[in-house]
This record gives sequence, structure tokens and C-alpha cells, in this order.
Amino acid sequence: MMQVVREQDVVLFRNRVKEAAVKIKMGLVNQTRLITATSELLRNMLRYGNGGQGLIEIVSRGRDNGVRVTFMDKGPGIADIPLAMRDGYSTGKSLGLGLPGAKRLVNEFEIKSKVGEGTTIIILKWANG
Amino acid sequence: MDKIPILRMGNFLLVTIQVDLYDRLALNLEADLVQMVNKTSAKGVLIDISAVSIVDSFMGRIIGNIASMSKILDAQTVVVGMQPAVAITLIELGLPLKGVHTALDVEKGMNLLKSMIDDSDEEIEEDDFITE
Repeated sequence: MMQVVREQDVVLFRNRVKEAAVKIKMGLVNQTRLITATSELLRNMLRYGNGGQGLIEIVSRGRDNGVRVTFMDKGPGIADIPLAMRDGYSTGKSLGLGLPGAKRLVNEFEIKSKVGEGTTIIILKWANG
Repeated sequence: MDKIPILRMGNFLLVTIQVDLYDRLALNLEADLVQMVNKTSAKGVLIDISAVSIVDSFMGRIIGNIASMSKILDAQTVVVGMQPAVAITLIELGLPLKGVHTALDVEKGMNLLKSMIDDSDEEIEEDDFITE
């Protein structure tokens, strides 16, 4: 579990994710996809959730290993998740690629959010996925 | 405070990004570069991202901004050295970096910049000829 409250934490956290990916021998392209998705979600967490916590885990399914990253914030939450998942939609000034883009880059993507309580996003990338 | 150095070489500005950028650093680079273009009347900006392993949507937007801002200050921007994995990820993310010129390495990028600037010089010379 790692706190992410400053921009510099993003770089540190990404490095932790990379270490986990390297440990399970994930290929470079999948590593890059996973770390880019992580970067998008960390930025969202900082911008909209006032920072939060991240958790990196290595998981196995049969012979395949993967990295699961959980992002938890106690921010305002997302009222309309399907809308937030739409390409080009943003309440901020960004391009609106963060959530849908991150989802495209990983194998599994789960989002739970409650207005006023916060948002939890879990992503998973298999080493050979 | 970290800072990305900007080197001046003749009409060109060179930037080599050697560290993973966090947002503030990228925003500072954008502001510094655009100011340098103005101050030095540079005609071209070359950004080497060969050491960058991650370009996310924010960083991609900064690169696009630098190119458009330089453009309206009459300077061309070429991004060189993008890693293949970064290119794959950018497209899947949904960020095709339209309007940004790219080249595989610094040498090709310099040649591209020179050719773009030569082209625009010729146009100016022609204009001068007509006014004379």
C-alpha cells in the first residue's frame, strides 16, 4: 500500500509497478501499457480524488502471472460511470482519455464509485495477456 | 527544482528528456521552450524522447501543445526517438499525436527540420522577389 498525494509520487509508484512487471517477466510492450494505464489512473486520483492510495499485487492464474493495481481515493466519487468511461468526456480540462484509455491498455478493469465516498479502480495486466 | 535543459544550436533548440516527467516538470518545459523560441527566434525545436519509457495522455498533450505553440511563433517541432512500445501504447490509448512531426533519430530529425525550414525560407525569398 502506497500513498499517492504529490505529483512526484506518481513517478515512484510507476517504478514500483515496473518492478513488479519485470519480476513476472512481462514483455516490454505490456509493461508500457500497464505503466501508462497506471499513470492515467494515478493522475485522475490526484486531480479528482485529492490523492489516495495504491496497491500493487502479483497474481497467478494457472501458468500465467499478472500484476494487479488497485487505486483508492476518498474523493467526491463519480456520479455517472458510463459517462466517465466515454472517450473524450472530461469534467476537467484534460483530453478525457484517462479512464477509457486505461481500460483499453489492460486485460481487466473494474471501477466502483460512490458519490461523496470515493472511487476504487482495479486493473489487471497478464504477463502474456 | 528539477529542470530540463534546453540547448541552442544555431537556429534550433534541442531538448533531450532523460528523466520520467512528472506534470509540473512537463509544464515548466512547455513554458520554458516557448519562451526560448521567442527569445532566440529559433526556427526549429527538436525533442528527443528516446530515454522516455512512458508517454501518457498528459505528456502527449504537452508535446502537442509545444508543437502548436511553436508553430504560431514560426518554429517547427520534431519529436525524435520514440520507443516502439510507446508508439503502440499511444495509439491504443487514443492519442495519435496529430500535427506533431516525428523522426526516428536525432540525425533524421535534424534533416527534417532543416528541410522544413529551407522550404519556408524559399517561400519568403520568392515573396521578396515579388515586392522588389
